[in-house]
Amino acid sequence: MLAIFRPALAILALMTLLTGVAYPLAITGVAQVAMPVRANGSLIEQGGTVIGSVLIGQDFTSPGYFHPRPSAVGYDAASAGASNLGPTSAELLVTVEERAEAWRRETGESDVPLDAVTASASGLDPDISPENARVQAVRVAEARGAPRDEIVRIVEAATTGPWLGIFGPAHVNVLEANLAVDAAFPGGVE
Amino acid sequence: MTPDLASVLLYLVVLVVLAVPLGHFMARLYRGERTLLTPVLAPVETAIYSIAGIRAEESQSWRAYAFAVLAFNAAGFVFLYAMLRLQGFLPWNPAGLAPMAPDLAFNTAVSFVTNTNWQAYSGEVQLSYFSQMVGLTVQNFVSAATGMAVAVAVIRGFACRGEGRLGNFWTDLTRSVLYVLLPLATIGALILVGQGVVQTLSSHVTATTMEGTEQVIAQGPAASQIAIKQLGTNGGGFFGVNSAHPFENPTVLSNMLQGLYILLIPVAFCFTFGRMVGDRRQGIAIFAAMATMFVAGLAVVAWSEAAGNPMISQIAGTAGPNLEGKEMRFGATLSALWGTATTAASNGSVNAMHDSFMPLSGLVFLVNMMIGEVIFGGVGAGLYGMLLYVVLAVFLAGLMVGRTPEYLGKKIEAKEVSLAVLAFLSMPLGILVFAALSVAVPQALAAVQDAGPHGLSEVLYAYGSTTGNNGSAFAGFGAADPFHTTLQGIAMLLGRYAIIVPMLGIAGALAVKVPAAPTAGSFPTHGPLFVVLLIVTVVILGGLTFFPALALGPLAEQVSLAAGTRF
Repeated sequence: MLAIFRPALAILALMTLLTGVAYPLAITGVAQVAMPVRANGSLIEQGGTVIGSVLIGQDFTSPGYFHPRPSAVGYDAASAGASNLGPTSAELLVTVEERAEAWRRETGESDVPLDAVTASASGLDPDISPENARVQAVRVAEARGAPRDEIVRIVEAATTGPWLGIFGPAHVNVLEANLAVDAAFPGGVE
Repeated sequence: MTPDLASVLLYLVVLVVLAVPLGHFMARLYRGERTLLTPVLAPVETAIYSIAGIRAEESQSWRAYAFAVLAFNAAGFVFLYAMLRLQGFLPWNPAGLAPMAPDLAFNTAVSFVTNTNWQAYSGEVQLSYFSQMVGLTVQNFVSAATGMAVAVAVIRGFACRGEGRLGNFWTDLTRSVLYVLLPLATIGALILVGQGVVQTLSSHVTATTMEGTEQVIAQGPAASQIAIKQLGTNGGGFFGVNSAHPFENPTVLSNMLQGLYILLIPVAFCFTFGRMVGDRRQGIAIFAAMATMFVAGLAVVAWSEAAGNPMISQIAGTAGPNLEGKEMRFGATLSALWGTATTAASNGSVNAMHDSFMPLSGLVFLVNMMIGEVIFGGVGAGLYGMLLYVVLAVFLAGLMVGRTPEYLGKKIEAKEVSLAVLAFLSMPLGILVFAALSVAVPQALAAVQDAGPHGLSEVLYAYGSTTGNNGSAFAGFGAADPFHTTLQGIAMLLGRYAIIVPMLGIAGALAVKVPAAPTAGSFPTHGPLFVVLLIVTVVILGGLTFFPALALGPLAEQVSLAAGTRF
């Protein structure tokens, strides 16, 4: 019996040191030295305060900002999550109807971009679709008294993808777009 | 060619281009031959053997090999369980998280030791950095290495010329970690950090948003765990939402790298098999069968996600893909590709929420898991799982032509077939019987979130995923209920060891047989006919067992969807 368990325990202990301590600490060390900004969450600071992470979506509600996608967790970045509702769920479909109605009221457009009425997987999606952003650009421009063309140009600058021209859809980073809007036309929060 | 099709094809080409040389490298490694990394790693390897008191040259019988596997996994379970129960007293717990409850700790420890990585907990809420690193990351490596070792032992049983020995578990395990998993994980982790995956020991960051509200942002040493979670087909995320979390999978590049890592070693094992049995065509035949089923499943998922949810499109007045539970940076196609790969490969990580996929996509995911995770499958586990079907396929072919079935020149007899059927039965037992129990017990049924046929799909998915050692979830299912944490713990043990032990038994029985030279009457197992026979065997045996349940779940849901029924 002992003959079997000696190697079992010894290998487990050695592997714990190697893969559970040395490996993650070595990666942490290299990451902190070589890529500190990315390793620490790609945080954005303004005047010494952290205003968020460029990778993590946050909620925007005032008309002078682009709004993110619906989130099942209200953009709680300490506990991410999704609706996990199936495609025939009445709860999902009623929620989508409410969101579509609100969207139509707010924009006057009848066709609603699908990403504007569906919740993301993480609840922290930092991006929206270019169509969604283009429609919102009208509201943002109005709220700021800015020329619409300028706002559309800001959207285009915050658009990335498809990667290598084929991988994944084009998408607009909401926080980047809002920072750019603030920089060009101050006075977003009412 | 559309961009979506081009992206999927490019992914598949790159995957195979990387897997072929890796497969050959692994064949050399497990045969004890010199490899590129030998000069650097051989001293480390020797030191490990000498500390652990292992005689590396000693080749074990199948029983000794199986005992070693079970002893090592049992030790890993006890160690991890104790750590989770004691995490409140251990270091690297900046958020001050409490110990895990007994049933949840049992479930989690079993989950990581069996390479399932089913997560009934949420990482950022319930696990300290110590538990994540010293507990889970270690099992990510060694549970993967266990699967790889068992596959190598099984291959030796088929390949050897009557010596009756399957090799040494301790050296197979150590070599898998040192030469394959650690180097690839290190490269992957550093690329991921470069893309924005977090790797820090500091606690949560509190941000004040542009609109003046507070946002607490969870952090942690994620990159090191994510690289190995993909590579070892573990799939357990650092964060609860897994690779949908922007800190776990921030860009399309990080997504494609992780996607490659999901299938890399399972695909490579096909080519390792061909090399080790001395006939590369045998490996290519198995690869062809797996690849055909993979592409068929992927086509269904990609089509049904791109077509989207007709009920949502009607409300929005816009046709388009199904985006509920998906991230904008990945969209429908890359989510479909990931979902198919992660369920085929027994990985279980997700970049979109499977519960919100369209019914036919859910069907493909379920089938991938229910047939026993043999479409590439878990690292090692996919290959030995498919060899189980190979035994059954040649047996069926033998019955049809009235000859004693043979594979690689070795006679497949009553003992091998009985053991293969025994192993096969663990899937219907863990999925159908346990799911039926869950539906019958009111407390268990309360875990189901969705009404209608989708609710049944949630139960089937939970038990398919745990028995198949996959680990992905229809996450609306309340898996944290003690009934399910316990029963699913048992399902995971069943899906792992009730297949490993019989497979090693088959290998042991074959290992004492001397292969006969092929004659004019031998059934060739490397041509298209055999590939078709193997696929048909998987579809008939796996598919028919589960068809009635699938008809009541995802198929009924698809019909309801077309009729516009809401639940």
